[in-house]
Amino acid sequence: MTGTVAPEETAGEVGRARLRKEDPRLLTGQTTWTDNVALPGMLYCAILRSPMAHARITRVDVSAAKDLPGVVDAFTGADLAGSWSTLPTAWAVSDDLATPPHLPLATDKVRYVGDGVAVVVAESRYAAADALEAIDVDYDPLPAVVDMAAAQADGAPLVHDDVPANRCFTYREDWGDYEATKQGAGVVTVTRRYVNQRVIPNAMEPRSVVASYVPATDELTLWTATQVPHFVRIFLALNTGWPEQKIRVIAPDVGGGFGSKLDVYAEEIIVPVLARRLGRPVKWTESRSEGYLATIHGRDLVQEAELTMTPDGDVLGLKVELTADMGAYLQLLTPSIPLLGRYMYPGIYRFGTHSFSCQGIFTTKTPTDAYRGAGRPEATYVIERLMDDAAAEIGMEPLEFRRRNWITDFPYTTVVGLEYDSGDYEAATAKAQEIFGYDALRAEQASRVERGDAVRLGIGISTYTEMCGLAPSRWLGRTGYVAGGWEAASVRILPTGHAEVVVGTSPHGQAHVTTFAQVASDALGIPFDDIDVLHGDTATAPIGLDTYGSRSLAVGGVAIMKAAGKVVDKARRVAAHLLEANPDDVEHVAGTFRVKGQPGTEKTIQELAFAAFAAHDLPEGLEPVLAADAVHDPDVFSYPHGTHLCAVEVDTETGFVTIRKYAAVDDVGTVVNPTVVEGQVHGGVAQGVAQALYEEAVYDADGNLTTGTMVDYLVPAAPDLPPWDVGRTETPSTTNPLGVKGVGETGTIASTPAVVNAVLDALRPLGVTGIDMPCSPERVWRAIQAARTGGAR
Amino acid sequence: MPETTTRGPLRVSVTVDGVAHTDEVEPRLLLVHYLRDRLGKVGTVVGCDTSNCGACTVHVDGHSAKSCTMLAVQADGHDVTTIEGMADGSGWHPLQTAFHENHALQCGYCTPGMIMAAADLLKHNPDPSDDEIRDGLEGNLCRCTGYHNIVKAVRAAAESADAAGAPSATTEAGAAS
Repeated sequence: MTGTVAPEETAGEVGRARLRKEDPRLLTGQTTWTDNVALPGMLYCAILRSPMAHARITRVDVSAAKDLPGVVDAFTGADLAGSWSTLPTAWAVSDDLATPPHLPLATDKVRYVGDGVAVVVAESRYAAADALEAIDVDYDPLPAVVDMAAAQADGAPLVHDDVPANRCFTYREDWGDYEATKQGAGVVTVTRRYVNQRVIPNAMEPRSVVASYVPATDELTLWTATQVPHFVRIFLALNTGWPEQKIRVIAPDVGGGFGSKLDVYAEEIIVPVLARRLGRPVKWTESRSEGYLATIHGRDLVQEAELTMTPDGDVLGLKVELTADMGAYLQLLTPSIPLLGRYMYPGIYRFGTHSFSCQGIFTTKTPTDAYRGAGRPEATYVIERLMDDAAAEIGMEPLEFRRRNWITDFPYTTVVGLEYDSGDYEAATAKAQEIFGYDALRAEQASRVERGDAVRLGIGISTYTEMCGLAPSRWLGRTGYVAGGWEAASVRILPTGHAEVVVGTSPHGQAHVTTFAQVASDALGIPFDDIDVLHGDTATAPIGLDTYGSRSLAVGGVAIMKAAGKVVDKARRVAAHLLEANPDDVEHVAGTFRVKGQPGTEKTIQELAFAAFAAHDLPEGLEPVLAADAVHDPDVFSYPHGTHLCAVEVDTETGFVTIRKYAAVDDVGTVVNPTVVEGQVHGGVAQGVAQALYEEAVYDADGNLTTGTMVDYLVPAAPDLPPWDVGRTETPSTTNPLGVKGVGETGTIASTPAVVNAVLDALRPLGVTGIDMPCSPERVWRAIQAARTGGAR
Repeated sequence: MPETTTRGPLRVSVTVDGVAHTDEVEPRLLLVHYLRDRLGKVGTVVGCDTSNCGACTVHVDGHSAKSCTMLAVQADGHDVTTIEGMADGSGWHPLQTAFHENHALQCGYCTPGMIMAAADLLKHNPDPSDDEIRDGLEGNLCRCTGYHNIVKAVRAAAESADAAGAPSATTEAGAAS
């Protein structure tokens, strides 16, 4: 099925553009961000961070800090070394993976600017900040390791003494014989080197951690601005030996994550350890510039890519060699991020062979980890740029080249063995072309070239897919991940007939409270307004694996369906008993249970909920209360796809790039709430465009982050971005009962190559054959100048 | 104005969301920390340390101001409105309604500042074009929405104020100034 479902066409809640239940508190400031948590006797913690990229610590003296007014205590890394162990890395991606120790506070060496060295605890934020100035540290400087190529050279300084050549891991996987594809007559080989630059996630809420401790019982309540409260609970227990059942982790209102809060950070260990040690609540909140150092960065890969094709433009093989910057240490998922994309490099195309390799390199920079899309935007960037470059190589229209090579029949098993269950690339592309006005823009582009206009037009294409719904637990186990990928839900009908849905995912802007209530409403026949969704607290939602990888609806939504199904089945048994009928003869329609063919004999789900609560007259052996739990472990991934088209105007005299028009048509399967889906696409596209045009984390040769504040790092504001023209097609997934595919990451995955392809498309007539991100005015201008003087790459 | 060289606590008298407060504060205390940590007005949030993100935007005597870039003592004798004071007895401010109806927020962290900045924008330009809205909100960053629906919401609020015959979607404090 293809086509847009208008809200009025749907009888149920799924498909309806419901306004969000989340909004009233957020709009009126009645929020519970972690930094809002204030407890009696609460102390403030501040962390002294290394100003050097690489140095031996020879002395740390906190005594002067302890003497300052308002300071309660201060500790070095050595003082607290017995309180914790190394921070976790959850994915053993290869047999040769090096996992050097990563303590919450450094003791022997600092390995990046921002590495924690000491901590102070004071009566106020200001006193804590002041006290950092009184800590005395002696460093014995070592050479910084900034460039990945230099990091591997003979005699290069080592970030970790026992990791030779700074190589964290190597990985290789081959499907078919790529080299053999070069042998055919007239085979065209296109070789490119792309750089996927380091970026800073910039969730608007800085990270914050508050710990409250009860000495008498050793109980800890930890509020943290995280996407993964369940992970934090487990890993805090493992890291410190704290009994897991004594730990309650709460992710209250969380102000964005984008992967940067999908982690277990040093501060999530340090703050509870301090609360336990001092017997008082402790708060830590990062400043933005502190976060630029101490919260993970994203991307940062060099991508060597090669494609073979027949002279007619039929793709044959694909080879990708990645070098990925780990930064100084491995955070929770660091080594797995470049590899998460390894099955996505072939994109939507019918390649016969694929050769993939990747190496991870340590440098003296902030660790990298998941950033919206996590490996899949990187893959899509390569394949979509390569498809444009290959089309240019043989002089074929790039959309035609894609159409010639994309998959048309489903299910389809790709070269890497993934089975794409459903999709319609032609339909999404046709719709995108229509919204975009493709032919008219192409005509304008040609006329500008013809008249030698100083402002050129470029059109960029990205026809992407992604693997969503992380993840089948068996697959995770095979690939070296420590946990599973299932998700949990509980559905309970309260005695008054209202319902609570408890979910193991943990939203931070995705509207789960609204969309999950819509799903539950249809399943239970209980009005949307009568349903609330509880999440983000390991005491109320004890079972869950949290939010990342476009999994919350595709995996967690199915768990809700399953739990609701159990509740309905139980209600049916109660109804059958009360109506003196066989359960098989009782049908459920929109919250009413009736005996088939016997009008008038009916019970509402609300009546049945009370009957099950009172339990005065239940069938023999049936437990009271209408409530059920379910856990869903997916068998396979889901595969949203779409076509994004971007038109840019490039001023060839200044190098300035302006987006003229951006059209996104995404097929994310069944849409629960079209407004929420559109919002996810808008924001995702903006983030991908930001990488293409504006953002880059830059380090100098000494390992200093020179883009260390929002003044120096360009997070785009409203004038920097255009309106988005968004459409969609709907091809329901065949592998889950909701038909959903996931939408959280699509925009970021699709948009980056669309924009860069557009810039290059504008510049190709000038002789420019390649450009890197961000396509800043300077970089674009230099590329034009280089082409003019014959130095085009 | 208090002397900038003074180190000891200074007395400030500030009206916040219609309630008068008098406190002794450190001269260096930022207004946003005074609001949050002293008064418990945690609806106003901090998103950066360089005055770029605008998450902390409030109104001081009806004009938008980044409360991370003002000292509490600079608010002495002035009237501060935060997001918590935008709704009145009859319901939400038109911008709050418009943000809700147009899905102009996702995580919601930038939203208080965005609404306060937008209210100031509409006060000065009751019928802005989309480009004028984008330029007017230049000092407020959002990472979730891509701004599309924020622009839509501000335009909707402007139109609803027009439809209601009101001069603009001003705040009470703004109207009083």
